[in-house]
Amino acid sequence: MTVPRQTCEIFLSINGQQRTICAHPMERLLDVLRHQLALTGAKEGCGEGECGSCSVLIDGVLVNSCLVPILQASGTEITTIEGLAQGTRLHALQKAFLDCGGAQCGICTPGMVLASYHLLSRKPNPTDDEIREFLAGNLCRCTGYAQIIEAVAQAAQPAGAEK
Amino acid sequence: MTPQRIVGTSVPRKEGHDKVTGKAVYIDDMSLPGMLYGATVRSRVPRGNIARISFGAGINWSEFVIVSARDIPGHNCIALITDDQPCLADGVVNHPEEPILLLAHPNQHALTKAVQAVNIGYEPLPPIFTIEASDRQDRIIWGTDNTFKRFLIEKGDVEAVWAKADYIVEGEYTTGAQEQLYIENNGVIASFDPDRGITLWGSLQCPYYVHKALMKLCALPEDKVRVVQTETGGAFGGKEEYPSMIASHAALLAIKSRRPVKIVYDRMEDMAATTKRHPSRTRHRTAVSRDGKILGGEIEFVIDGGAYTTLSPVVLSRGTIHAGGPYYWPSVRIRSRAVATNAPPHGAFRGFGAPQSLFAMERHMDRIAATIGISPVEVRRRNFLKTGQTTTTDQVVNEPIDLNRLLDRGLELAGYDLKKKRFSAENTSTTRRGIGIAAFLHGAGFTGSGERYLASVVGVEGLADGQVRVLVSSTEFGQGTKTVLCQVAAETLGLAYADVAIAQPDTQEVPNSGPTVASRTVMVVGKLVQSAAEGLRQTLITAGLPKDYSREQFREACARYVQQHGTLKSIAKYEAPPGIFWDDEKYRGEAYAAYAWAVYIAQVAVDLITYDVTVDDFVALQEVGRVLHPVLARGQITGGVAQGMGYALYEKVVWENGRMQNGQMTNYIMPTSADLPSIRVHFEELGNIHGAFGAKGIGELPMDGPAPAIVNAVEDALGVRFDRIPLLAEDIFTAVSSAPAAGDARTPQGAR
Amino acid sequence: MRSDPAEFELVAPGSLPAVLSLLAEQPGTWLPIAGGTDVMVLYAAGKLPAGKLVSLWNLPELRRFDVSAREVRIGAAATYTDIRNHAVIGKDFPLLSTAAAWTGSIANQNRGTLGGNIVNASPAADSLPALLVYDADLILTSVRGERRVSYNSFHVSYKKTILAPDELVLSVCLPRRFDGYFAHTRKVGARNAQAISKVCIAALARPNNGIVEDVRIALGSVAPVPLRMSQTEAVIKESALDGATAKRARLAAIEEVRPIDDIRSTVAYRKAVSGNLVEEFLTRMAASPTKA
Repeated sequence: MTVPRQTCEIFLSINGQQRTICAHPMERLLDVLRHQLALTGAKEGCGEGECGSCSVLIDGVLVNSCLVPILQASGTEITTIEGLAQGTRLHALQKAFLDCGGAQCGICTPGMVLASYHLLSRKPNPTDDEIREFLAGNLCRCTGYAQIIEAVAQAAQPAGAEK
Repeated sequence: MTPQRIVGTSVPRKEGHDKVTGKAVYIDDMSLPGMLYGATVRSRVPRGNIARISFGAGINWSEFVIVSARDIPGHNCIALITDDQPCLADGVVNHPEEPILLLAHPNQHALTKAVQAVNIGYEPLPPIFTIEASDRQDRIIWGTDNTFKRFLIEKGDVEAVWAKADYIVEGEYTTGAQEQLYIENNGVIASFDPDRGITLWGSLQCPYYVHKALMKLCALPEDKVRVVQTETGGAFGGKEEYPSMIASHAALLAIKSRRPVKIVYDRMEDMAATTKRHPSRTRHRTAVSRDGKILGGEIEFVIDGGAYTTLSPVVLSRGTIHAGGPYYWPSVRIRSRAVATNAPPHGAFRGFGAPQSLFAMERHMDRIAATIGISPVEVRRRNFLKTGQTTTTDQVVNEPIDLNRLLDRGLELAGYDLKKKRFSAENTSTTRRGIGIAAFLHGAGFTGSGERYLASVVGVEGLADGQVRVLVSSTEFGQGTKTVLCQVAAETLGLAYADVAIAQPDTQEVPNSGPTVASRTVMVVGKLVQSAAEGLRQTLITAGLPKDYSREQFREACARYVQQHGTLKSIAKYEAPPGIFWDDEKYRGEAYAAYAWAVYIAQVAVDLITYDVTVDDFVALQEVGRVLHPVLARGQITGGVAQGMGYALYEKVVWENGRMQNGQMTNYIMPTSADLPSIRVHFEELGNIHGAFGAKGIGELPMDGPAPAIVNAVEDALGVRFDRIPLLAEDIFTAVSSAPAAGDARTPQGAR
Repeated sequence: MRSDPAEFELVAPGSLPAVLSLLAEQPGTWLPIAGGTDVMVLYAAGKLPAGKLVSLWNLPELRRFDVSAREVRIGAAATYTDIRNHAVIGKDFPLLSTAAAWTGSIANQNRGTLGGNIVNASPAADSLPALLVYDADLILTSVRGERRVSYNSFHVSYKKTILAPDELVLSVCLPRRFDGYFAHTRKVGARNAQAISKVCIAALARPNNGIVEDVRIALGSVAPVPLRMSQTEAVIKESALDGATAKRARLAAIEEVRPIDDIRSTVAYRKAVSGNLVEEFLTRMAASPTKA
């Protein structure tokens, strides 16, 4: 018979906003985002870190939020899909996903866009092979990836060079 | 004819903005006040009588809502075709994971523990797990003969051809189960109120299927059941019939508790308990002339339906009708069966029987070619259906489809001839390359009299603010329903795409436009949207709107009409086209209003160090009537090809005693972005008088071609025959390393 | 999610000495968790045996690299991304760099740690064969002090290691003496990315005038522990780098591995592919322009 443990206070920043979370330290970052913070963009597709639909950025680094205990996110800056657009202005990646058909059912899209964002922050002009390798941790069942890769390539082009 | 401004262009996805910003609301993103979580206690044995149920210590059971078969107000069944599937097992179970009890609790974690703490004792009954075991009928697990359904198609005089044949070519081809693997698991929320009845929100394809099932289960009238589709994260058929089950469970808990109840599966439960593609076995025996023409033959097509009927008769139907491929059969006998085993029922998955029988047909064509000593290209040319000829069901091909020319184009796009030469010369001891073809067809819409039976109804309404709204129960789950139906309405009305919206599928708000299946939405429902939109236009014109109106004039007229009359709604009902004849008993006649045609060509490399197959290039060429939205259409093809590649090379369901053992994404392998080549997609357009703006259905077509094209390519690379999918590296290793039996495993020399 | 967070405790003492004190005070009670890519999967499946966890994530003493002329020391909580990005490791220890790039997805490489994989002790982990052939040492630490052990001796049997209940892996030491060696690695999985390996090879050799002077081969997923292929090496060492040796080596490898049938693959396949991979290593080395 187990005794329920205490919750604790965790300070972190979500999409630029300082927040204080009261949670059990082993609550998954994914569940804290979805249930406590009502940021439901991150999804649970598998619970085992395979599908990537829970992907978020911690201090600019892509992680599967279903595998992160909230205590370990203490003091970090979290970026979710809800934090990508600037008000009504979509990020170039979001626009490109819309243009190119990169989102069909949309369930993988938040994770896929963040993974793409993470890629472009490290490789501003990736080759198609590099895009494929980098996004291999985000599963999409609808698109066959073709139009996602095009979207990332389109977003990577310098402004004015878009077709 | 006014040139089209909207149809034929890649307008923005209607709900796309919400999807790329994380605002789209899927069922697990929703909560209702006072909501409970629900979970299912499931059978751990494949077949048996339930001897006892006990509730373990350490749980305060009074905190839980507990539902059993006894709590069902109406019929304990999931209404579909035969109604043999119980909603909750009552005394006997027929497959692993069969639902027995339902529990609800405010705390999800308490619920998980409680499910583990229910102890069920069984008196096991002997189960069966294979088509062969089912056929032996030494154990009867369903009906009198383990057979859900049979079909027989006969054309011409089959007995006469054997004597005339120069060759009789036989083959047996098997396909495994395949998991739909939508990235969003099944989920619903149900609420119940004695006055309003049941409201059900969920991830689903067919709101009216769920509506019908809930009416029967809960003994409620039509207007006391309301089903609303939420944003759905992938479906592919896996949410065609299954949601009626999970919805029924949530509804029962909601009725008993008088609280809203959410049931969302995790991946392990979804994979183990819900439907998969039917495993199949096809046997061909074909009489062929010296110059490679099919004289006639017999095809036996059998699918494993799992423990209950569900949709197996319809999957069988489609597989049976497609079994002859895009070829002319002067005579044929096709015998097909759907049989029972003690596995969770198999169900709808994109293609719906056709990927199974077409895999066999296209593998068999290569076998015929090899036996006779002609090329896979030539054998197809000599047997392609031509305009004016009849299919296996005696349907006349009455459109100017030229499959030879389509094949020519495919071969050119793929660089087939050059590659064949190169590969023979370049193949090394460690890498063998090959190239393979699949030619096929896919009938869109419901079979035969199916569309007439569905009697779909569509509405287009004008709103008080002048906007137009499409009213259909057809659902969006990525394929572009919302976008294309709005395009169709906007084009028909001469408005802008932005002027047209589409209602959320809610059985309280929208008519029954039929299920979102069978590649029928753009073609059949779209055509009804066209009619309804046309009707709306006529109403306004009759009310004074000038014929050459502007957008603003339309908006004003619409707003004025609504103000004066209260509503402005135009309804269109499906009418079967004249001259379409289908005999349900003999399974003969016009099986489908339209066929799309395709040639797919796969280029593979087999690594003889690891026995892995890599698809290096893939050409997907299809005739689809009319492309209404280039980006969406291409997306359907690339997505379907990816699933077809998974079906061929990656996706194996590992079974043990009727239960899926690899129900996790780590162990059920679907392709990642690093596994797929560029898929080169090309369209041709012959139009279609039965489809909106000439469109044919394309959602399922791309599922039929990849597996046979790839396996044909692997045989081309290795000279070894493979007649079973999925084809894993281990299978290739076994075949390549075992001593070839004389004339059996190896393709005869000189066949290319 | 099949575990109740309310029933678990996770503490992050924030310094290595504090963590070690905790492990010493209550040995066997606290399960260390670094990036969580293994632990959290078990947790979500409701299969985590421990109720108390202590976080090693981002401890500076554990997530550091020390480069000297003699060796490179990798902190046990260095992530696979850290390893991929490290220039000296890329140059001197390419087998490890490459294995890091094969480990799961980018997101999992950003969190998964070398130490975590070592202690989790799955014979399928991609980096472990590379550590074997590079003659890695581990520095283990506890309140009782540090000890340096050869990685070769670390794995005792399936998922059993010589790590004491109050001990952590502090760092992995790689000797910088493989300059000029021919290096080869390959992973065989069910797909090109995010795959648990069916067979994995890491191999180094120093050919000299057509004779193989030194050879080191290790395979993953073919035994209860990552396997240093000493019998196969014996067949190759001091032999000519030719087809006959390659063939003998292939047969020796097939004999030496002890794979099982499991949900991912079969004994027969793993044996055959093990042999093929060893043969491929030698064939590539023979064809390589850089043979000494």
